Amino acid sequence: MPHLAAGYNLARWLTRNDHDAEDVVQEAYLRALRAFDRYRGGDPRSWLLTIVRNTCYTWLRQNRRSEPAPTGDSADDAWAEIPADPAGEPEAQFIRNADTRLLREALEQLPAEFREAFVLRELEGFSYKEIADIVDVPLGTVMSRLARARKQLQQSLLARMKDGA
Amino acid sequence: MSCEQARPLLSAYFDCELDVTKSLEIEAHLRECERCTAAVKQHEALHGAFGAAALAFTPPRDLEWRLRKAVRREARPRSLSVLRPWPWAALPVAATLAAALSWSVAVHRGGTSGDDPLLAELVSGHVRSLMVDHLVDVATSDQHTVKPWFNGKVDFAPPVVDFTTRGFPLIGGRVDYIGGRPAAVLVYKRNQHVVNVFIWPAGKAEGPALRNATSQGYHLLRWSESGLTLWAVSDVNGTDLESLARLFLEAG
Repeated sequence: MPHLAAGYNLARWLTRNDHDAEDVVQEAYLRALRAFDRYRGGDPRSWLLTIVRNTCYTWLRQNRRSEPAPTGDSADDAWAEIPADPAGEPEAQFIRNADTRLLREALEQLPAEFREAFVLRELEGFSYKEIADIVDVPLGTVMSRLARARKQLQQSLLARMKDGA
Repeated sequence: MSCEQARPLLSAYFDCELDVTKSLEIEAHLRECERCTAAVKQHEALHGAFGAAALAFTPPRDLEWRLRKAVRREARPRSLSVLRPWPWAALPVAATLAAALSWSVAVHRGGTSGDDPLLAELVSGHVRSLMVDHLVDVATSDQHTVKPWFNGKVDFAPPVVDFTTRGFPLIGGRVDYIGGRPAAVLVYKRNQHVVNVFIWPAGKAEGPALRNATSQGYHLLRWSESGLTLWAVSDVNGTDLESLARLFLEAG
């Protein structure tokens, strides 16, 4: 199966559960086959991940009503929300050396729309344009979500540093 | 540029996703601002940490197997499913075959597949490619990208031409194995249909220059040019395949 690793990784980060990720991926691949006649060429990996992502949110809506699905967020223009970072070299050093568990927890705690942007960028290496297509938002939204994802990750890691984690 | 203007853009600057003008403005700002420089360093640190931690989840080993099983189950024909435009509508499984063969009577034009193993192999190659499995290795409509991509993968130079303006857009290429030898495959779209063109060096006894056939409901058309054998396989009609062959012969 093509791009199964990328598809499963995205589903796993969005559902945050092994078993649910497997169900979602299976459903997504069957959907992909049914929708194959609508495939217009282009990057098959983006096409497949779009389907995996949409299947994830449909699944989350049906099975975890408590978990808010990302919406076209209203706060996207809130650039001012990103204040000056006081951090210096010791902070950068702490982040650089953060262990896997700490990083995983920090990423899992991000809101879904930031989490998916960060996973697609940092773990899967997609361009902003590709992310915009997969997530179906404007390029500027991808830019702002990634900036805010990074800021929240840094803050949450540095909070651990202060806690002496 | 002030810190307030620069700060929200640093993340995109770090990703090399800003246009040249903005990048230059940021760089000028970074040369004189230690705090923004430190912020970029933090993006680097975060990137480095996530890169080193291998946080991507890997699928369990049996997931692929389970997916294939689910796909096969889904592909099993219900009534008349062969008439649907689903890519697996004529999967070469026994149950589909009977329906597929009766369908092929309606679309039959030239020779029949009989039990020619080559035709069966070509159709399998075509169907396999449609099962999302493996349509293209190099996905681009740029013939100048596809042609050199075959260098070193096959020991001949396939004719790669994009026929978008003539109704057959090139969507990519891949390498397949047909009859025990590597074949270059060019993938074209015809409306919503996929056409696979399998290419290999011509053998000695290949029969008449132009030959068309049907197998399992698919049309196949063979022609030769410059010492190569080309087979087009698709569910589009035979006339469309002939148009494509003519385009190839004109371009060659």
